[in-house]
Amino acid sequence: MSQSPLAARVPHESAVGHVTGRAVYVDDMPLPVGGLHAYPVAAAVARGRILSVDATVARALPGVRAVLLPGDIPGHNQIGPAIHDEPLFAEGEVFTVGQQLGVVIGDSRDAARRGAEAVVVRYQELPARLTLAEGLAAGDTIGEVHRMRRGDADAAMAAAPHRLAGTVSSGGQEHFYLETHSALAIPGEDHTITVYSSTQHPAEVQALVAEVLGWSKARVTVISPRMGGAFGGKETQGARWAVSAALGAVATGRAVKIWLDRDLDMVMNGRRHPFTTDYEVGFDGAGRILSWKARIFADAGWASDLSLAILDRALYHADNTYFLPHVALDGIAVKTNTPSNTAYRGFGGPQGILVIETALDRIARQLGLDPVAVRQANLYGEAPRDLTPYHQEITDCRNGRVIAELTDEAHYAPRREAIDAFNREHEWVKRGLALVPVKFGISFTVTFLNQAGAFLTVYSDGSVQLNHGGTEMGQGLYTKMMQVCAQDLGVSLAHIRHMHTNTDKVPNTSATAASSGADLNGQAVADAAATLVARLREVAGRMLGHGTDVVQTAADPAYDARPEQAPDGRPAWAWVAADRAVSWEAVVLQAYFDRVQLSATGFYRTPGIWYDRSRGRGKPFYYFVYGAALAEVELNGLTGEWKLRRVDILHDMGDSLSPDLDRGQVEGAFVQGMGWMTLEELVTSEAGVLLTHAPSTYKIPAIGDVPEQINVRFLRDAHQDGVIHGSKAVGEPPFVYGMAAHRALADAVSAFAGGAFVELAAPATNEALLRAVGQARGR
Amino acid sequence: MSISFWLNDALVEVEDLPPTTTLLRYLRDHYGMMGTKEGCGEGDCGACTVAVLEDDGGGPTWRAVNSCLMFLPMVHGKRVMTVEGLADGDALHPAQQAMVQHRGSQCGYCTPGIVMSLFEGTYRQDIVSTALADDQVAGNLCRCTGYRPIRDASRQVAGLRPEDRFLDALSQPLERDLSLSYQARGAIYLQPATLAALWEARAAHPGARLVAGGTDVGLEVSKLHREFPAVIGLEALEVLRTLTVDEAGWTVGAGVRITRLAEVVGAALPALQKLLLVFGSRQIRSRGTLGGNLCNASPIGDLAPLLIVLGATAVIAGPDGEREVPLGDFFEGYRQTALRGIEILSRVVIPRPPAGVLVASYKVSRRRELDISAVSAGMWLELDEGGLVRATRLSWGGMAATPVRTPLAEAALIGRPWTRALVEQVADGLSEELHPISDHRASADYRAQVARNLLLGFYLESQEPPAPDARPTATVLC
Repeated sequence: MSQSPLAARVPHESAVGHVTGRAVYVDDMPLPVGGLHAYPVAAAVARGRILSVDATVARALPGVRAVLLPGDIPGHNQIGPAIHDEPLFAEGEVFTVGQQLGVVIGDSRDAARRGAEAVVVRYQELPARLTLAEGLAAGDTIGEVHRMRRGDADAAMAAAPHRLAGTVSSGGQEHFYLETHSALAIPGEDHTITVYSSTQHPAEVQALVAEVLGWSKARVTVISPRMGGAFGGKETQGARWAVSAALGAVATGRAVKIWLDRDLDMVMNGRRHPFTTDYEVGFDGAGRILSWKARIFADAGWASDLSLAILDRALYHADNTYFLPHVALDGIAVKTNTPSNTAYRGFGGPQGILVIETALDRIARQLGLDPVAVRQANLYGEAPRDLTPYHQEITDCRNGRVIAELTDEAHYAPRREAIDAFNREHEWVKRGLALVPVKFGISFTVTFLNQAGAFLTVYSDGSVQLNHGGTEMGQGLYTKMMQVCAQDLGVSLAHIRHMHTNTDKVPNTSATAASSGADLNGQAVADAAATLVARLREVAGRMLGHGTDVVQTAADPAYDARPEQAPDGRPAWAWVAADRAVSWEAVVLQAYFDRVQLSATGFYRTPGIWYDRSRGRGKPFYYFVYGAALAEVELNGLTGEWKLRRVDILHDMGDSLSPDLDRGQVEGAFVQGMGWMTLEELVTSEAGVLLTHAPSTYKIPAIGDVPEQINVRFLRDAHQDGVIHGSKAVGEPPFVYGMAAHRALADAVSAFAGGAFVELAAPATNEALLRAVGQARGR
Repeated sequence: MSISFWLNDALVEVEDLPPTTTLLRYLRDHYGMMGTKEGCGEGDCGACTVAVLEDDGGGPTWRAVNSCLMFLPMVHGKRVMTVEGLADGDALHPAQQAMVQHRGSQCGYCTPGIVMSLFEGTYRQDIVSTALADDQVAGNLCRCTGYRPIRDASRQVAGLRPEDRFLDALSQPLERDLSLSYQARGAIYLQPATLAALWEARAAHPGARLVAGGTDVGLEVSKLHREFPAVIGLEALEVLRTLTVDEAGWTVGAGVRITRLAEVVGAALPALQKLLLVFGSRQIRSRGTLGGNLCNASPIGDLAPLLIVLGATAVIAGPDGEREVPLGDFFEGYRQTALRGIEILSRVVIPRPPAGVLVASYKVSRRRELDISAVSAGMWLELDEGGLVRATRLSWGGMAATPVRTPLAEAALIGRPWTRALVEQVADGLSEELHPISDHRASADYRAQVARNLLLGFYLESQEPPAPDARPTATVLC
């Protein structure tokens, strides 16, 4: 099957569109004649009672067509995705700077902006809680405490020969998708509307547009053509902007476009949740954890959004890849007067993992052991060392293999020695080396979300339109789905036209999130393809004069391509029986004449997963992704500046569907994770105003932050049963690899302290690093 | 008079748009050419990058620039290429091919800008190292790929110079007269070509905003939505772009762009070259000018500390003639200069440092590339035969409302042996003279600590052979 589209090293399906500027994003779409622009009205205080909102001046400005406030909403003023605590437009009280109060519709963006700036809002300011600590002190938490217990953590802690306690915090992170939020709403006839939205979740946008308008979902069509990056930031939070545009379109009867400039986008939308965790660990002389207790706090911001699910995932990953014989975890989500934090690649998982990775380094330093050896000693293994804190069995922990291969191939031991020697010879420049493994659970932990649909239409010339519920944000989902579709239909990639994700093709879809896009939608596409192949096999059987059981198609796993039988240059894409063959096109055309249905839907639901949050027990994950990263840094103790010298990553990809795209996911996630752990710092004024609201002040990694050596390899013999073509999910797990840079920096800082453990903040900015070096040097 | 320029081989004329309409907004909102994206509107992400054919004194050359910070008059008479103009039908330009081949795009939103940066690199002849190939795209942020494939693409196409219409364009004569007088929507934009015309324009429009490259003034439009009733652009003033070299040093016109400054002066002055590699980005440097950087008079302007220790002189011109001011005296307060009335900075005279003098520049920022400094410094050291300090100058950015010298520290060094003990003692004493503030870039404590340590770092670098730790700080560790 050398010509299989599966596992082929193909570029992104839109690569040529990207490099020529022909790929169209929502804000690139032409506005219909008479179209208008929307601009939000944003709160200026972090917390306050709204005394009055006066739009008199704004409405009278030239070019302003409408100023829409809560009273102008025909349906529900509510867009909370899980818990209904997020009004579209603030009423009565505002809870964060940048909270939306309304929307102005104007002839141009400038006109709408001037209108928004002219809306006069008077507040009675109330004391704001800007940090996790302040929110917690006010007792403003969301829902029940999430508890996980296994064994007797208190007794095991008391009996442990060694104990440590500490606090690990991690900062927020701006998504910084290059394409800011945007939407285009076009009103139709008879109370219908079409909304183009830069969203990971068209079905939710559809639902919220319908609810805010007071319409049925069937009147609302939402299309997500492609996103210029999302990373979780467009899972729930694209809806607000799409709904604002839709409301404006219905109010004015005109098409309305909304596009946030960078500053608005950063000020008004949520980010990664800052976390603080208090932990206590008991361990033996070999560095094996005997007992682990943690209280995990998530800063939700002003509304719930997905905070509970994000907190849950932090708890699910509190163990990372290590067996905790006795464990007690408490998770608490706290409201603060900051933008509502939301999904971001990793979804709480990395925040959970950072704690135990920090603690393991501390254990190793206290015992004088190699930190990699301590990690290996704690890995999941055979029963009874195979149970997670939520009682799911780990049946195939691949990290023993991963760490052994990675340390060998990347020469861990000799490099460790060389670095120690370097550090002895240098007073102000120190190097650090660290390995961070990952075990990442794959599935939406809200079980019902684990479903997907697909819709394939085959035209009588043999060309195929591919629809499914997943969205394209750059991760290459469309490309992978084309590969699955081509493989399973037995056609070439050139036969397939991937359609923009559209709620009128596949209904009731889940967000493209939780790394699950290819897993879920791939199975649904395969299901639809199987239906079509079964129908066409009968047609081919008749054409070839054989029964269906002897007709082979390129979609069959055992199919043997016979180039000599198909002179049309596309030999693999044929149906054969004995010594005869017919082309895909001929079979399709015959099927049409035979009045065989040439469209099919497909559906998938992940089997066997469940979770009972009240008992902290279940099998929330279908499987796990494994891997590890080894990073080497050099730190300048005079300024806190540093450089990543090299990173080696060994990643468990299963059988990769698309190796080049998967490598891109791993590398990109590593750098993004490194940014979260080091460069990227959100700074807020005492009044709750974000000061780092643009790339001039909020620094994501640039090209110079990438090491000259970035080696990525996929684990061999890694087929994953029960997942589409043996592959594994890839979006989020490698984000954790960025933590290796942080731990390597901590290693370098320790070298300034003669090897003693030194606390290092996350993000480890240059300033934080210089502070840590100062502590290490005892000043 | 209308603004006219070549856009992807079509001549376009603009007659009724506000003069400070940016090239990016023109492309997207008026021309309907959507390939060029806005990612930040402040020149910090590169998604809006286009190429302009320029002659900075080294012959015609393609320059990648941020279209979000360029007012339309700045491209008057010039040739602009956008990402839509590179391919011939289905035949991709090498910069585009390389991005596809190396899988350099994921979401694709930063990609048009990156392609245009690579486009410039394709025709450059001075990308002689992988570091310079990387620098070619340091002004382009990508959030998806982690850059490795983009780096591979940039290294592949750097200096390729294929025989194509874009190479041909480099041998065609450019329009030399870029002068413009444009009026629309109640605003006027003048681009005089001679100093006489400049004085006349400034006299006629005393409130007019003066703009050179626009990398700072552009922000007032793109971010603060300011509307200027009158603007005087320096784009057409060739006389401000002269750059002469002799034994004594360099005389650099205020309109000389930073890219050109690096090519000529940086090439001979390592401390300057090091600084210019972390000065903004390629796109910013190809618009930003020496004069703009100095006249902006920001305490965190990159060039001032180094030029001050080099003993540079500002030549100020007015309708009645010229006068000279030592650069250290040019900065009179926060964003205040020695310019009076309608004077302009004409040029800067930079003396060549004598042999045996050690000159260093430092810039410490959150991120190495494309960032604004938390602390910067220029240092000058001259030792006598006995190892005593004969002369020294220390100048600091980010530590006060203007770039400042630390005379007490200098005095404490002069005449004394250049030893670590002395340097540490003087470094500790810097806190007597430097009183930085805390802001979102750095705390006062960090700034003070870094300033102290930079002096120590300068000492370590000065050792012969250099101390094992002597790695150029700030842009260090390479």
